[in-house]
Amino acid sequence: MSDVVIRTENLGKRYRIGEREPYLALRDVLARSLRAPARLLGGRRETASSNGDSTHIWALDDVSFEIRQGEVVGIIGHNGAGKSTLLKILGRVTKPTRGFAEVRGRLGTLLEVGTGFHSELTGRENVFLSGAVLGMSKADIRRRFDEIVAFSEVSRFLDTPLKHYSSGMQMRLAFAVAAHLETDTLLIDEVLAVGDAHFQKKCLEKVGEVAQQGRTALFVSHSMAAVAALCRKGILLEDGRVKTLGPIADLMSQYLSGAEPAPDTVELTSHKHRQGTGEVWVTAISLRDRSGRPRSHFEYGDDLCFDISLECRRPSPPLHCVVEIRTLLGVPVLHLYSVDDPTWSPIVVRAKSMVRCVLEHCDLYPGTYSVSVWLGPSPSGETELVRDVLQFHMDQGTLRRRGFEMNWRHGLVHRDSSWAVIAGSELSSRAIPQLASDGRRR
Amino acid sequence: MNSEPQALGIKPAALRIAPPGGWCDLSLGELWHARELVYFFVWRDIKVRYKQTAIGAAWAVFQPLLTMAVFTLFFGRLAKIPSDGLPYPLFYYCALLPWMYFAASLQNATNVIVEQQRVITKVFFPRLVLPLSAVTSPLLDFAISFLFLVLMMVYYGARPTLSLLLLPLFLALAILTALGVGLWLSALNAIYRDIRYVVPFLVQFWMFASPVAYPSSLVPGRWRWLYGLNPMAGVIEGFRWALTSHGNPPSGLLAPSSTAVLLLVASGTLYFQKMEGIIADVV
Repeated sequence: MSDVVIRTENLGKRYRIGEREPYLALRDVLARSLRAPARLLGGRRETASSNGDSTHIWALDDVSFEIRQGEVVGIIGHNGAGKSTLLKILGRVTKPTRGFAEVRGRLGTLLEVGTGFHSELTGRENVFLSGAVLGMSKADIRRRFDEIVAFSEVSRFLDTPLKHYSSGMQMRLAFAVAAHLETDTLLIDEVLAVGDAHFQKKCLEKVGEVAQQGRTALFVSHSMAAVAALCRKGILLEDGRVKTLGPIADLMSQYLSGAEPAPDTVELTSHKHRQGTGEVWVTAISLRDRSGRPRSHFEYGDDLCFDISLECRRPSPPLHCVVEIRTLLGVPVLHLYSVDDPTWSPIVVRAKSMVRCVLEHCDLYPGTYSVSVWLGPSPSGETELVRDVLQFHMDQGTLRRRGFEMNWRHGLVHRDSSWAVIAGSELSSRAIPQLASDGRRR
Repeated sequence: MNSEPQALGIKPAALRIAPPGGWCDLSLGELWHARELVYFFVWRDIKVRYKQTAIGAAWAVFQPLLTMAVFTLFFGRLAKIPSDGLPYPLFYYCALLPWMYFAASLQNATNVIVEQQRVITKVFFPRLVLPLSAVTSPLLDFAISFLFLVLMMVYYGARPTLSLLLLPLFLALAILTALGVGLWLSALNAIYRDIRYVVPFLVQFWMFASPVAYPSSLVPGRWRWLYGLNPMAGVIEGFRWALTSHGNPPSGLLAPSSTAVLLLVASGTLYFQKMEGIIADVV
């Protein structure tokens, strides 16, 4: 199953600035064509002189990649990076300015929710209309009609004009139609951010099914969580060019953390975004390994040291500290609280102090994490909070023996577990693990 | 997925997406594949139209009927324009049928791309589907007003002869004319928005250049070939003749009219195809 289904070579698309070209009034063209008559009917073919013009931008430039059958590829990039333009070219909505793309098999595009819907028509009629616009045949739609309606959960209102639907109902119906497209390849843009949580989950599952059926999908979304959950491979676009192409985890850390390698120390004396009363400031945080060397890359099982420099600005009560670790998607993973250490006593910060927090045997999954630091006299009082100021990267390390690439689709924290057959087969000679065992197995 | 096993089984040739170029990228196969879409667009046009109007289908009859009354009164009774021996109402109604169809088609085709811009910028289908459906949906109004014509013919005791068999030919000519002009107008309006203001004038002028309010026999013989270059001249005279067998068959007009239609459709298709590549970017 390694056939290339989509291939692009040096694909480029140039737009006038403003994305859409401005409307042209016939009188302008008539006036212009007095000078160059042949251009009147040619629309707006560009003349050579406008080539290096500052009024044009390359929304997509020199994009080359291959996608094989069955791959679900996420397309990531900031606004204006060319993601939608790429999908539009592949979906044949617009033509490239140079280069080319090759597509094998039937291709369906879901660039928006409700393409082809008409508010005067009933839900039933719109299912047929939208289905046809998206490329389904009448027979296809009829055959899958019940499925579509069941999926949309609006069956009671099927014969009500669409204009009386709530926007959520419209979107559900629209996605239901789109989800039943039976093409070999699907191009999906942002359509998942619709409806309530329950329906979003259904949509994600549906897109996940696409992958399981061996179909190919290209998926553009601003929801990193959705991309991470659905795709294994990704294309990172920046200013219309392919920045990186590869496993989604690498791309995500690049995209979310910016391109630079994460520094091991962050200077915060001029940090603006602080919360809390401000009696004490965090002036620097630095990451070290067990031997005290500054690092921002760690392997599974490493010890992490957070050295937190503090500066007293006004007298303050004794303080507790928290180091909070979150994934780049914002999911809190660890909340390291100084109170957990029986030897800790609240610190009274003199002019300058430094606190060290040690996390032994870090068992976070591979990926990039961000660090926040909190200080306060009690859980309800906040003296200082600096959010997401430092990042570090975890590598699979010794867990490579598991034989697959671990990422956040599987979990966030790794724990060893004990396994034995306890019934139904020849009993293992090993001792059966006991639930009430004392001590931690490491 | 089981609907199209061949889509997965056999590896089809890769489709190449490249910059627009050349004068003709027309893919008839693709257009044929999208024929159901023409049906759906027409179906939608008709549904929406009749949902939003109070008297629905009656409009199809009202418009030609009122125009017929006005023409009969002013051009016929007052200006005494000859009608080749036909009763005035019948004379005008026969001509207004194809003319109203033609005018509605042009209006539709001009706006179709701008109206559908949301769809055009989001999903691919052969864009030719749009002007095709724009000139197809007014056929329903045509059919309804045609029924009224049958009543009128009974009332005036007009007996159709074998010439009626040629009516489909003239109708086809009318559709092709509408398509040819519609292709030009729809593509032009997508790019130059002032086209839509030009079209009402165009339709008005064109009507006076066609034998709607007068018989083409008023045109001197040596200019008839030139007059025939307006395809609607052949269409309208053809309608009158085929329906009532009054006057002569429009044989002198037919040759130049058919030639003009073929040129219109061919050039319209080429121009539309050429503009298709940039329509989604400019509409």
